Amino acid sequence: MKLSIIRYNAGNIQSVSFALERLGVDFTITDDPEQISSADKVLFPGVGEASTTMNYLRNKGLDKVILGLKQPVLGICLGMQLMCRHSEENNTDCLGIFDETVKQFIPKGDMKVPHMGWNQLKLSNGWMDPALQNKNVYFVHSFYVPVNPHTSAVTEYINPFSAAMRKDNFYAVQFHPEKSAEAGELVLKTFLRS
Amino acid sequence: MLTKRIIPCLDIKDGRTVKGVNFVNIRDAGDPVELAAAYAEQGADELVFLDISATNEKRKTLASLVKQIARHINIPFTVGGGISSPEDVGPLLESGADKVSINSSAVRNPQLIDELAKAFGSQCIVLAIDARRVGNQWTVHTHGGKQPTDKKLFTWAKEGQERGAGEILFTSMDHDGTKSGFAIDPLAKLNGLLHIPVVASGGAGNEGHFMDAFVLGKADAALAASIFHFGEIKIPALKSFLQQKGINIRPGHE
Repeated sequence: MKLSIIRYNAGNIQSVSFALERLGVDFTITDDPEQISSADKVLFPGVGEASTTMNYLRNKGLDKVILGLKQPVLGICLGMQLMCRHSEENNTDCLGIFDETVKQFIPKGDMKVPHMGWNQLKLSNGWMDPALQNKNVYFVHSFYVPVNPHTSAVTEYINPFSAAMRKDNFYAVQFHPEKSAEAGELVLKTFLRS
Repeated sequence: MLTKRIIPCLDIKDGRTVKGVNFVNIRDAGDPVELAAAYAEQGADELVFLDISATNEKRKTLASLVKQIARHINIPFTVGGGISSPEDVGPLLESGADKVSINSSAVRNPQLIDELAKAFGSQCIVLAIDARRVGNQWTVHTHGGKQPTDKKLFTWAKEGQERGAGEILFTSMDHDGTKSGFAIDPLAKLNGLLHIPVVASGGAGNEGHFMDAFVLGKADAALAASIFHFGEIKIPALKSFLQQKGINIRPGHE
């Protein structure tokens, strides 16, 4: 299997690649459209700010490359948010794979923002392994994707939000599987088997 | 529900852990990677590595250590110690650290918080504050709590939040090392004042102290060093205790 990680200005590429190393998986980190398009599977990581990152992707032509992918693609954290239509983070138009608007968390009572730490997954019909039901995974984010018809797992913080989604060949997780201990490893393995 | 976090802290000098460590099943207690892996396996939610190396020259080795840690550890971790510019931070995050903590350098130059938050995002900037009670005031100290500054805990924490820090790591120098419990009153006040997470540090001596930090102090996370290193409190047992007491916690060994 040929696995490509999209190289761009995402902050967690190193952590994602170490997680894959721990799973014994070979991969290429690349921003070459040909290498990305010809891979069997593609990882689209992401830590950073939406508008800067979208601009970077557009300047490199990577937005069109991602949209044209037919093989399984996994978006992680900001990667998942950028797969949506629009983000409230600096009013950014994104890739539009999921027809959703990414919203900002508003702090409520003693629930602070960013949503930072381990929180539970409630699986709905989708692609996640049933063993992940109620398991804790690691989140760090201030923006979220509302629950929608493509949601595969819901997490509650301030309000219910999409912890995982899938539409056709596009998979996405809001949490960080690369930092979520055994639960995260199971998520990556499930995607790699898909 | 978001769980409360338990965070072991490792002091690093010249690439090795310092302070005595008396920890079961560790072949080499000086190896931070091995110690960190043991904590991760036991169910630690996060780790903090504090580099206390004396010189900048030695600090350059920190990025390669961070890479070693990130290669082997599957939970998030923070790196701190001697960070004073965006140029210090980039290599650490690129090597796989999730957050960096800044302390004295931010007191000297508060603008640093803005710069780092802008360059890397608030979520990876932890403002560490060491404070002790002087008269009626919680006064911020630097240099490991030795040097008083003109900053006060609550106004400084609030300023840090406004400047873009994503988390506050509050250590009470009065409680640190005493094993008499965390500084509950200032913790509760900080948590009422801020809308970013607060990590309690200094004073953990038994399991009940962690419960107090979460319930009375409203802390989002609690950090400790020696009680974990010496095995006085085992993380899985601590987590079962907290769970039995109704604290929302990620089980050890999950």
